[in-house]
Amino acid sequence: MTSWQNNRAARDARIAAGAGLARGKVVEAHDVTRLLEAVVRSGDRVCLEGDNQKQADLLSRALLAVDLSKVNDLHMVQSGVVLPEHLDLFDRGVAKRLDYAYSGPQSARIARMLFGGKIELGAVHTYLELFARYFIDLTPHVALIAAVSADREGNLYTGPNTEDTPTVVEATAFKDGVVIAQVNEIVDTVPRVDIPADRVHFIVKADKPFFVEPLFTRDPAAITEGQILTAMLAIKGVYAPYGVQRLNHGIGFSTAAIELLLPTFGERLGLKGTIASHFALNPHPALIPAIESGWVRQIHSFGSEVGMDDYIRARSDVYFTGSDGSLRSNRAFCQTAGLYACDMFIGSTLQIDLQGNSSTVTTSRIAGFGGAPNMGADARGRRHPSEPWLKAGAEADPDGSALMRRGRKLVVQIGETFGDKNVPLFVEKLDAIELAEKLKLDLAPVMIYGDDVTHIITEEGVANLLLCRTAQEREQAIRGVAGYTDVGRRRDHGMVSRLRERGVIRRPEDLGINPLDADRSLLAARSIKDLVRWSGGLYAPPSKFRNW
Amino acid sequence: MEDLNFQHQVRARAGGTRQRAIVGVVASGNLEVLVERSLPDAECVVDIKTAAMGFGAVWSAVIGDFVERYSPGGLKFSINDGGARPDTVSLRLAQAVRLIAEAGQ
Amino acid sequence: MTAPLKDISPAERARSTSFYEASARTRLELLLDAGSFVEFIGPEQREASPHLKIFDLPEQFDDGIIVGHGRLDGSPVFVAAQEGRFMGGAFGEVHGAKLTGLLRAARQIGSIPVLILFDTGGVRLQEANAGELAIAEIMRALMEARSAGVKVIGLIGGRSGCYGGGGLIAGCCSALAVSEPGRIAVSGPEVIETNRGVEEFDSRDRALVWRTMGGKHRRLIGAADVFADDNVQDFREAALELLGLVGPFGLDRLRAEQRRLADRLRSFGGCGDAVDIWTAEGIAHAEAVPELPADQFIALANRIGRTSRDAR
Repeated sequence: MTSWQNNRAARDARIAAGAGLARGKVVEAHDVTRLLEAVVRSGDRVCLEGDNQKQADLLSRALLAVDLSKVNDLHMVQSGVVLPEHLDLFDRGVAKRLDYAYSGPQSARIARMLFGGKIELGAVHTYLELFARYFIDLTPHVALIAAVSADREGNLYTGPNTEDTPTVVEATAFKDGVVIAQVNEIVDTVPRVDIPADRVHFIVKADKPFFVEPLFTRDPAAITEGQILTAMLAIKGVYAPYGVQRLNHGIGFSTAAIELLLPTFGERLGLKGTIASHFALNPHPALIPAIESGWVRQIHSFGSEVGMDDYIRARSDVYFTGSDGSLRSNRAFCQTAGLYACDMFIGSTLQIDLQGNSSTVTTSRIAGFGGAPNMGADARGRRHPSEPWLKAGAEADPDGSALMRRGRKLVVQIGETFGDKNVPLFVEKLDAIELAEKLKLDLAPVMIYGDDVTHIITEEGVANLLLCRTAQEREQAIRGVAGYTDVGRRRDHGMVSRLRERGVIRRPEDLGINPLDADRSLLAARSIKDLVRWSGGLYAPPSKFRNW
Repeated sequence: MEDLNFQHQVRARAGGTRQRAIVGVVASGNLEVLVERSLPDAECVVDIKTAAMGFGAVWSAVIGDFVERYSPGGLKFSINDGGARPDTVSLRLAQAVRLIAEAGQ
Repeated sequence: MTAPLKDISPAERARSTSFYEASARTRLELLLDAGSFVEFIGPEQREASPHLKIFDLPEQFDDGIIVGHGRLDGSPVFVAAQEGRFMGGAFGEVHGAKLTGLLRAARQIGSIPVLILFDTGGVRLQEANAGELAIAEIMRALMEARSAGVKVIGLIGGRSGCYGGGGLIAGCCSALAVSEPGRIAVSGPEVIETNRGVEEFDSRDRALVWRTMGGKHRRLIGAADVFADDNVQDFREAALELLGLVGPFGLDRLRAEQRRLADRLRSFGGCGDAVDIWTAEGIAHAEAVPELPADQFIALANRIGRTSRDAR
């Protein structure tokens, strides 16, 4: 007789093998490596929860220490490759194959290891894409997750950084996988149940709280006049004419500058209530002045941010909060919201080519994509209309039938023509292509494809690619805002000035902006301390951002 | 360090009466521009000492556009550069012209 | 629309300008009576450092310090302002000589006070010998000026703080005003950590750095006499207040300062952290001191009143 429950039986066997080390579901921290040796099988697909913020750091160290004769050649399927231990697994041979989405701080090392053949790469995904594959062909056998607290039954409270946890657990627990959670504390009653106990098989109390990095805090003190100018151009040249209310911001300094200009420059332009009211966004501290000034109606978040807990709790009209009052974030839902319910994505990148393709990959760094490609893509499945979406669609196809014409999401790339160390933003050929050739990848790791990009904003002006009718116009529109980079200096001056007459390129003076007015006094907050003041003392920045 | 020098013939004398002005500081990614009203009305000179090597062509383009746009006749610009980006250079030059165009000494 | 600054009064502009963020030139422009500043050895004289080019480093025309004279509420003052962003405001040969010269001029005239706007990490490594000598010369010139009856006021609230030799010079001043972001010490956080270990002092724990060296602590233990909010107008008012308070200088005063310091060491020498000192001072909820807004902090500091104007 054919058995149809082999996987369930295998899962039960794994749990039984680990049960000897547990009291109920609770395993002592010093027994975790032995637990993993008992539960994990060589070649397993393992999701080691590495989110943007929340890291299952104890479990990653424990996995790194396994006996290689018992556990090896794992296939890691995790969104964030963020901790050094995540890559040490491959150096040691515990893991062999990798499918991931984001590698921020490990981007240089991951590039070296890919070149050195230490990692067998499946693909670099967007978050939603990897989450989707958890349910189709990359379902984890074992999920190693992190939460703030657990009760003795195994109900988990994830705290404000719920992030990927529900998605990972859903895919693992309901398809015969084993879920092991590290928690900061074991309590009698959790503040709220983010993960029900019947999806959790083992819990481990960590000796110290899981590692959280303040990734979304931009110190206003570091915002430059150039970034303020590009922010002014964005507000007056894109937010205002399209009336963008539903949007997502990237995490760079240019978008932080926009957030800090809303209550000052935006207020003077009379834009309050007409732009920037509904966000898919982490709780950016830089948005506090706009929230306090009544600009922002609602924010749904991918994850939380260090120091924002009390502020969020006190501003539940704006944020999504649980019955306990703290933030409930959810990366999968927020990514979906950014893809389908936002009319604009605005963010920065490292390289833009002549077609408008952009990438954060350079030959020495593979940072991954995170969520930008989901935010920064036209959602072909979208069916509901909105004014900015319809207007952008009409600009792209002025002769099409209004009832049959798709709208367009505004996908805006913002940045300074030269980045850190005078590295140009604009290039003739993306490093991503060179990398793909070297690594023999089927696809170059492009973050946002040129045909999705609608606007490029630099300190030199705004290029509206929706209004370009030919590839040549598109190229010159890009060159026309590329400043003094090689790409910019090789522009066709005649064509660029014709594009400017048509409003395809708009310079600061075309928008009534004097670059000499781009002054730091325009920022609603010029320091982290100012943000604390705006929050009425509710924002508690981490020590690394203090100067008091 | 690299020394660069640009000399331009310009259409018109720069406005204002101040004899000199200084803007900016020398720091990473920043520069100072000292501007002095010390040349014949149709001339403009820009002297640069820069910490970033090999950007002569970019400087030439930045200065060329600046002179074309502001017609800073009679002005000598002396720059100490800590590796500023071209947009920062353009901004400081414009700030220097604005400051020397004010009334005063 | 976006250029409102021209329409407001100098005092309003000084009130809305962060001292911490402003350049040395802007600080002087807004600190002094409008239009009164006259610079000695200005940038057009190009008295830059003779040493930096050897290290292939960029120079600044004023070598990172501006000296001159101007008026404060109508009365003449000598001023010096360090630019903390150029080489961390560090003392080199020319930089130091400009301050020495200013103090010697003040000594000769005798009746015009000196304001020093510190913003320095200490001595410039690339010209260490000249810089160390400059510190000694400045300290001597400062004490000679004070002996001749000159009041020397230090204002501290810049990005680079007041460290190394700058901390020594500040210790010689008649009085100091400090703001919250301002820091005063001799050895900086990284130096302490390098020499004594991270257990002794974690230089990346910025809250620790500030409660040990920052403006609020320095005010509470009497190292600074007045606490200014972080804007240029507040520093202007602090300077005026201190000029009115500073008494004559002599051996009695030095003895009083020695007694004050010995007493301070006796009282707090056993404390492991600034919060312990504040608690010993009788401050309830001492751990909340760093979060206090300026006005509440000033009220608290005045209640504690640890500065003694008969010392220094």
